[in-house]
Amino acid sequence: MQAIALTKQVTSEGAPLIILDQLDFSASPGESVAVLGASGSGKSTLLGLLAGLDAPTGGKVLLDGIDLFALDEDGRAALRGRLVGFVFQSFQLLPSLTALENVMLPLELAGVNGARIESGAALERVGLAQRASHYPRQLSGGEQQRVAIARAFSVNPRLLLADEPTGNLDSATGERIIDLLFQLNKEHGTTLILVTHDERLAQRCQRRLHLDKGVLVPEYL
Amino acid sequence: MNRFSLALRMLRREWRAGELRVLAAALVIAVASVTSVGFFTDRVGRALAQQANILLGADLALISDHPLDNYFEIEAQRRGLRTAHTLSFPSMVLHGERTQLAEIKAVSRNYPLRGELRVAQQPFSPDIASKGIPESGTAWLDDRLFKQLDAFATARLEVGASRLAVSAVLTQEPDRAGVLFNIAPRLLMNIQDIPATGLIQEGSRVSYRLLVAGEVGKVDLFRTWVAPLLKRGERLEGVSDARPEIRAALSRAERFLGLAALTSIILAAVTVVMATRRFMARHLDNCAVMRCLGAQQRLIFKLYLIQFSLLGTFASLIGCLLGYIGQMVLAQRLGSMVAVELPLPSMLPVAQGILTGMVTLLGFSLPFLQQLKHVPALRVLRRELGPPGHYGLIGFALGLAGISGLVLWQAEDAKLGGYVLVGLGVAILVGALLALLLIRVLSVVRRQAAASWRYGLANIARRAGGSVAQVTAFSLGIMVLLLLVVVRGDLMRSWQSTLPADAPNRFVINIQPDQVQPLRGFFHGHQIHPPVLYPMVRGRLLAVNGNPVATREYPDERAHRLIEREFNLSWSEQLPDDNQLVAGKWWGQGGYGAQLSVEEGIARTLGIKLGDELTYGVGGAIFNARVVNLRKVNWDSFRVNFFVIASPGVLETFPASYVTSLHLPDARGGLLDEMVKAFPNLTVIDVAAVMNEVRTIMDRVSGAVEFVFLFTWLMGFTILYAAIAATRDERVFEAAILRTLGASRRQLLAGLFAEFAVIGLLAGLVAALGASGTSYFLSTRILMLPYVCNFWLLPIGMLAGAAAIGIAGIAGCYSVLNQPPLQTIRDSS
Repeated sequence: MQAIALTKQVTSEGAPLIILDQLDFSASPGESVAVLGASGSGKSTLLGLLAGLDAPTGGKVLLDGIDLFALDEDGRAALRGRLVGFVFQSFQLLPSLTALENVMLPLELAGVNGARIESGAALERVGLAQRASHYPRQLSGGEQQRVAIARAFSVNPRLLLADEPTGNLDSATGERIIDLLFQLNKEHGTTLILVTHDERLAQRCQRRLHLDKGVLVPEYL
Repeated sequence: MNRFSLALRMLRREWRAGELRVLAAALVIAVASVTSVGFFTDRVGRALAQQANILLGADLALISDHPLDNYFEIEAQRRGLRTAHTLSFPSMVLHGERTQLAEIKAVSRNYPLRGELRVAQQPFSPDIASKGIPESGTAWLDDRLFKQLDAFATARLEVGASRLAVSAVLTQEPDRAGVLFNIAPRLLMNIQDIPATGLIQEGSRVSYRLLVAGEVGKVDLFRTWVAPLLKRGERLEGVSDARPEIRAALSRAERFLGLAALTSIILAAVTVVMATRRFMARHLDNCAVMRCLGAQQRLIFKLYLIQFSLLGTFASLIGCLLGYIGQMVLAQRLGSMVAVELPLPSMLPVAQGILTGMVTLLGFSLPFLQQLKHVPALRVLRRELGPPGHYGLIGFALGLAGISGLVLWQAEDAKLGGYVLVGLGVAILVGALLALLLIRVLSVVRRQAAASWRYGLANIARRAGGSVAQVTAFSLGIMVLLLLVVVRGDLMRSWQSTLPADAPNRFVINIQPDQVQPLRGFFHGHQIHPPVLYPMVRGRLLAVNGNPVATREYPDERAHRLIEREFNLSWSEQLPDDNQLVAGKWWGQGGYGAQLSVEEGIARTLGIKLGDELTYGVGGAIFNARVVNLRKVNWDSFRVNFFVIASPGVLETFPASYVTSLHLPDARGGLLDEMVKAFPNLTVIDVAAVMNEVRTIMDRVSGAVEFVFLFTWLMGFTILYAAIAATRDERVFEAAILRTLGASRRQLLAGLFAEFAVIGLLAGLVAALGASGTSYFLSTRILMLPYVCNFWLLPIGMLAGAAAIGIAGIAGCYSVLNQPPLQTIRDSS
């Protein structure tokens, strides 16, 4: 994964506002990188651009050597489906689907056969095999996030993007979630980019970057 | 296929989550409404198609208003075809002290050539197929006549001058029109006995039929041979054009019941819009997540489109099933319009139902589904991002065009369909504007209300859009109910009150010239002032200003009938009392020349003007006369009136019969039995009895209409449910806040009741105003009756609306009250 001169600029009250300024950075396969920054520093914008959810004003993002923004919206979606997994602060589970069905969804969308068996195995890995038929509203926050992690890993992504994955959880539960995330990350050899403002969590990553006024500042530099 | 099974799985999950139920309910009801009418008319249509020869009693019938020449029958037999004769006419039948007007049918030996007669020994006992026709000297009565005459087996009836013995109850007769067309009950007799009755005389209205049956090719050839030989007053009815009266009634029923059924489709469209909008709002996040997980825009749209198509198909199929059950009710109310057993319906209405369901669902949900595919994936990170949100009337153009197409298709007539569309559009618009206005007024009033009510009323104002939709939908349902239940009775009473108390209530027809004096003597003898006896000659209009009249020159259906049949012509020296000249002058005393006075309505229909010379054929002779004036006739007066009156000296030489009308108090009704005994050929028509029959028919028809509008009502409740569902999350949250602030369950309940009862009240108000407007239009423009305002409409409509909708609303929201407040507030934070 590589970002080259990535820039995002918006117009706010008639004046241009630079959110990300000529950002260059890369992450090698299997590496875990934390992006730290205060609220409004552009962390979420960066994550959106790395996933191809938003379009930059300038620069590019290469994913597995493919220029994300040379593709159209649907091309990016297809690439995401193949290469990228997500874990969100607010879990983003579909309320009308059971835990198992939520995990199955990306596989089903990709037209994979045997989605049910694979997803069952994924739920088992996160310790929720017993709760496969429960709906999100019947699960605790920690359980919901575990389902989200199972969903993220179900497609064997090359890149996992996590947006404040413990933001909605108490610290003990958050701890367990992070253990699980790193354990799976290791098992799958996935590149992990974790956006957070939690220093302790960031400490567990191999590399930490600070986002300040739209510019990335490597730690201890 | 993979996509299809994924969509199917997703549909199953959505269904389980309860998201689609209200949509499905709306479609099921709408399709049930349309298909119940569709199945029913299909069955009657198939009865006409499959059993046409049974309904005709033959393969071909030659029908005439005068005795047919023999050579038709001789030729048919020469060609190896079987033949039979029937003739029918109305006449009085006497049994002891009882007299009753009956439709007499006399038949010859081979009758019927197709189908069968069925008879029983007693009314309502099991019947069997009969092997022949009534023996000479006997008669078969249908159960109605049997009861009315208090008859029994072997009873002796007087029919004209002869006596016939009752030998069976007639339970089925192939070529009998169904009850909807029969005012008088049936007596079946042998054609050989007709001369002895002496009933067929000048002026008798008799229908003669020569029935023909045989091999198809031979019948066709015979038909080709007969067609060019037909004279005026003679026509052919074959298998393909059998029973025009039933066909016309069927097509009318199909149109109007179909259009009535369409109101539920239009309301279904409203439900689809409300429910799909909520569906979309609740699925924005899902779609963003799906896009994030790699779903392409096209895939998302395709998945939802397949889901909705499947939902539409399933719901429509269930609707068809309910429609199939519903048609049984219609068949029970109206099925008797054909006399044969109705066959099973075809599958065509199913196609119609599915098409209707799909057009309604997809036409009005596509704009929202389109929106779903435009949800930005970035919404997973920034919740405030939604779809671009361009939909308005243009987005629904497809749906509106689809609905318009359905209305036009159902109306089978661009003009009628156009009226219905415009009328409905205006009605909905006016209803909606009125509802909006009332809601505004409420906002002012509510400041004075008690706390719970203030809260309820505030809810109505805040959700103005939804409230307007609910009020409009319910007002449509309540209005139809008010029209059918209250206004119909009002109009009937208003019409009856226009009749003077001594309006004639009996008509006497078939009076022969030599009976005029004895009849006057009969009235004198009973201390009754003899009524005026009007002479009547039956003649056919042959030419106007020397140009022969041909039906093809008149586009109007009524003009066709008028030209085909014989006119009743009369003569008079004076302008009849209740007639009024509108053009020209009445003839003076003596030296008239051949002059005619024509009723203005018929003159307009046939394009006859003052000064035109008309040629009439009477029997074998013809006469010419000039139109010198046009008259206005009050047909509601129940007096004898004529379309055409000649000046004295024109018609006297032609064979005539006499006719009169009189008012007899019920207490003296027995006098007529005596009169019929003394003059057996006279036919007495009891206006009250005829009116009763007409009322029974109207009740059946309006019963069918009410049944169809039942679906409209159900649809109103579906809209209510959709509206409640759409605002449920909000309500749960509000209730939780109010509970936290100390509101009691009772107060919450009062607030909810206030909200829904007021919606019902407003709907009732709009409905009552609509019903009054419609009633005003009907009475002054269509029925020409003085308009009587019914002040009860308002309280009835409003109370009924408030009670029904208040209770239904509470029932729909009840679960809101049971939600623990803390959980609710935690969930939404």
